[in-house]
Amino acid sequence: MSWKLLLLLLQAAGWTIVISSISIVIGLAIGTVVSAAMLAHSRALSFAGRTFVSFFRGAPLLVQLLLMYNLLPILGINVPGMVAAITALSLCTAAYQAENLRGGFASVPRGLIEAADMLGLSPLQQFWRIRAPIALRMTLPALTNEAIMILKASSLVSVVGVIELTRMAQDLSASTFKPLQLYAVAGLLYFIINAVVASGARKLERSIRWGIKE
Amino acid sequence: MKLDFELIASMAPDLARALGVTALTWLGGAVVALALGFLVALGRRYGPRALNAVLAGYVELIRGTPFLIQLFLLYYGGPFIGLSLDPVPAGLLGLAIYGAAYFSEIFRAGFEAVPSGHVEAAQCLGLTRAQIVRRILIPEMTMLVLPPTVNMVIVLMKETAVLSIITVPELTFTISNIGSANYAFVESLFLLACFYWGLVEMCARLGRAAEKRLARFRFAAA
Repeated sequence: MSWKLLLLLLQAAGWTIVISSISIVIGLAIGTVVSAAMLAHSRALSFAGRTFVSFFRGAPLLVQLLLMYNLLPILGINVPGMVAAITALSLCTAAYQAENLRGGFASVPRGLIEAADMLGLSPLQQFWRIRAPIALRMTLPALTNEAIMILKASSLVSVVGVIELTRMAQDLSASTFKPLQLYAVAGLLYFIINAVVASGARKLERSIRWGIKE
Repeated sequence: MKLDFELIASMAPDLARALGVTALTWLGGAVVALALGFLVALGRRYGPRALNAVLAGYVELIRGTPFLIQLFLLYYGGPFIGLSLDPVPAGLLGLAIYGAAYFSEIFRAGFEAVPSGHVEAAQCLGLTRAQIVRRILIPEMTMLVLPPTVNMVIVLMKETAVLSIITVPELTFTISNIGSANYAFVESLFLLACFYWGLVEMCARLGRAAEKRLARFRFAAA
């Protein structure tokens, strides 16, 4: 395989990383809100949260992607395929992350919240300084798993015409008739990205382990 | 949303066939994946070191790459190494190879969770390796591996939608074609999403019911 093809694949791998990272971050934000809804005392809110999680985890991501890609223009929202793809990926990962975060937020010790109340911290301060850091640390391994899932799942956005690693391999193999080499190299690139994410996360986990009971 | 009954009636045979293909690739793929995954787990536990390394490499590669890339390699790359498959067998085989890697990890963890004292006791009693697997390992790990196994079977069901990309005429593929021909794409896709959602919920419920029934066989963890 020529250097030119490899360079194109590497460039496309960059887009895969960009799309996945944006989706993970947006998903984390939406997931936090949804997990708060699930843990809320209001029955309606927790039902809405649970339905959101159940639907986006229940329907195949590909169907969600196709739905989002065709739904947005009908609603009068004309955005590039890339935005529709990131929206679909974000909503899907939000559902998985909400489920993880729910466990994380539920495990914040009551005593800490009571202490924060006594010290006069506002609910917002309590969230940013106590609940969120603890929940995030508790759910970091699950978050890493989810990041790797999304990196792999982002290959599906090739279907709605977004040029990322899979789509590039597809286009190049159509023009060069070398599907075996191109898909093998694309697969290897995914593998390397995932290995880097996994080992980076393990280091991060070790460095913030303090305070977690085994 | 308008419901055109004539349109729906005209689609019925196609949809029924598509449902059949989805069921075939899902259940067929899952059964083959379970069997393969079990063999891989056995190979890694009892096989020589070289076999263990090869199988570990297979599991890591499959788990580290997207299913879609694996499918493309099999379906578009296969013919270059003399493996020309029609879409449906390619989809079924792809699902099986993909699922087997995940199932083998579930079973491997299951084997490891069986208290070593039980296995040693069986060895002392003179049970053969096959007897130990059949009478000790499988019964004791069933409770443990059931939830992740059900989960993976559900994941495989959702992955059958991806088979539409290599033109397997399953539900997603068929609905996409009908939908784009009749300007009711979004409605059909939404119904499709709800259909999968319902199926997933049903499987999860069946899994929980099975867990409850099997709970009485749970062994005391050492």
